[in-house]
Amino acid sequence: MTPIVSDASGFSLPDDQRKVIRWNIYFGFAVLAVGVLFGLGQALNYAGVNIFQYYPGVRTYYEGLTIHGVLNALVLTSVFGNGFMALTTARGLGRPLNGFLLRSSFWTLVIGTVMAACAIVAGKATVLYTFYAPLQAHWTFYLGLTLVVVSTWLTSAALLVALRGWRREHPGERIPLLAFMSIATYVMWDVASVGLAIEVVVLLLPWSLGLVAGSDPMLSRTLFWFTGHPIVYYWLLPVYVSWYGMIPKQAGGALFSDTLTRVAFVMFILLVPVGFHHQFTDPGVGTGLKFAIAFLTFAIFFPSLMTAFGVMYALEIAGRWNGGKGLVGWFLRIRWSDPSVCAQVLAMCAFLLGGISGLMNASYNMNLVVHNTTFIVGHFHLTLATTVALSYMGIAYWMVPYLAQKRLWSARLAVAQAVSYFAGVMIFAHGLMTGGLEGMPRRTALSIGNYSLPSWHIPGVIGAVGGTIMMASVALFFVILVATILSREEVKIADIPFTETVQAPSQDGWQARLDWFHYWVYASIVIIAIMYGPFVMHHLPPMLSARPFTNY
Amino acid sequence: MERYEERFLIAAGIVLLLFLGALAYSAFAMHIVLPSAHGMIHYSADRPLRLVLRKTPPFDNPGVREVSPGRYEVVIVAYAWQFVPDEIEVPAGAEVTFMGTSADVIHGFFIPGTRINTMLIPGEVSEFTYRFAKPGKYLLLCHEYCGQLHHTMHADVVVK
Repeated sequence: MTPIVSDASGFSLPDDQRKVIRWNIYFGFAVLAVGVLFGLGQALNYAGVNIFQYYPGVRTYYEGLTIHGVLNALVLTSVFGNGFMALTTARGLGRPLNGFLLRSSFWTLVIGTVMAACAIVAGKATVLYTFYAPLQAHWTFYLGLTLVVVSTWLTSAALLVALRGWRREHPGERIPLLAFMSIATYVMWDVASVGLAIEVVVLLLPWSLGLVAGSDPMLSRTLFWFTGHPIVYYWLLPVYVSWYGMIPKQAGGALFSDTLTRVAFVMFILLVPVGFHHQFTDPGVGTGLKFAIAFLTFAIFFPSLMTAFGVMYALEIAGRWNGGKGLVGWFLRIRWSDPSVCAQVLAMCAFLLGGISGLMNASYNMNLVVHNTTFIVGHFHLTLATTVALSYMGIAYWMVPYLAQKRLWSARLAVAQAVSYFAGVMIFAHGLMTGGLEGMPRRTALSIGNYSLPSWHIPGVIGAVGGTIMMASVALFFVILVATILSREEVKIADIPFTETVQAPSQDGWQARLDWFHYWVYASIVIIAIMYGPFVMHHLPPMLSARPFTNY
Repeated sequence: MERYEERFLIAAGIVLLLFLGALAYSAFAMHIVLPSAHGMIHYSADRPLRLVLRKTPPFDNPGVREVSPGRYEVVIVAYAWQFVPDEIEVPAGAEVTFMGTSADVIHGFFIPGTRINTMLIPGEVSEFTYRFAKPGKYLLLCHEYCGQLHHTMHADVVVK
């Protein structure tokens, strides 16, 4: 058995760094609290109930939708990734990070979030989280989002500086698996975020400042989706770090293969350029390119199927060590009473359905049935809002007590919270997906619209019921979180949970090259050049011709 | 254990390849095609798209035309927040080619119950050919957020 960290006997982060990480996580959940409030209004909208008129400070449905998307999908995920991956990298390498970079990252993100939020609440950025030109937001919105991305780069720099220091002290050694997974996540994101950065800094920001006369709608949405697909890896991979690196231990078992785990992460670095599958119904993108992208998108299911195998086997090891017998008996013995395990195993179950529906969306011409319908909304509430967000909650159930050195307030209620959230999202996704197959459009204030189809009514009501249960469950999560933080009962929690692997990492041969991130980045750049090169060259220089549209 | 690992990965690869094979069959043998590049309309900040469209055939004259017996062409221009024309009548069983574009922001073009589903992007021409088998009233709706009154943007397609 090999531990997945450098110094298994114990390492604790300097207090000031632990504090920065704590504030990252607290800020992330505060952002989630605001974001989900608006989610409730959207869920009820599908049942024909318009409660947006009662929301304070928000004029329209679409303003609320923009807040919901920007806060939950962009800000929460960035700040949680920044905090959690800093913690796992430091623990994995057994060394502190650069404190200045960590603090700069946090404050950059806070300033960026406040700027973007002010623009939205002022009604100057009702452009949803995709902000497709020619819809134009106030420049503070674009600058705010840029700062959020810059904050992830600052965290990335802190991780890479730490890796360099560790390598100097441990020449020839394999990177500890926990740190490898965390750093791979940020290396992937560094490559993937370039499209969004170019879109905002080169095209949209100068346009919103009036420095250039027009925008290029086709090129800017292509750059958006260049990042817009792999951003989901950036949401998912910190959760994979927990599933591979912590859950096996928490459930009472161990991870089997070191190599398989590293291969899965490397594949995500390689498979960045598939964003065109969000543009299957776009004119202006050839069908040959679309089919090639469908092929490459299917390749991504491979690392996720590897994860299904690797993580499920770890859970089986746990169940059998805990005394589970038979073909399925082990599944009942994986410490369901631990809310962190319960929440994350339920998140895995949701990911089975989320993954299958994602495969449907990515299935080339099958996309014609579901594109921009509520089917997509159902899909990403199974993935982002459950696989990722419910795992965040599960991680919080050990991490907040660890960071605050407090006992978790009511583990039993926390289990109930995880189960009720899972139930809520299953109902919600069922409603939205069946409605979507009947053609119910997403991103549309149907409750005040002037058209409807009879087949949308029942799915809409089911969606609203599920969404309301999700909202109530998240409220319970915040009660548990706040009660834990405010509790006077201090406890000493010395270390974070981390697993061991049955198979040790090989010291030589091809496996050792998995640790050479620069190889995988070069390879990724080659694949990007093949998939995006011809299209982008064709659209250069950009046509700065579309006038701004701000009638929202 | 490593043997299981290997077998699982081979099985996973085979399943994905089978799925891709089915997709290729539906696309190339059954001709269920996605929208693709059908030409561009050139405009600039000085020559706004709205004005350019008025002089660009076929978008200078939106509407329904019978181009030959049993074949129809429907030319549609999307504005925030209406389709022009917003009432379209075509016969059942006819081969209908929709040609659409946007005059301002990105719009959607979606008829539930059919496979007509495309984006309308300023400067790009979208084309879709379809045969309505059953007569009835269909809903054409904009399914991309396009500003304040997005939820009112739709048109009626009557198939006789």
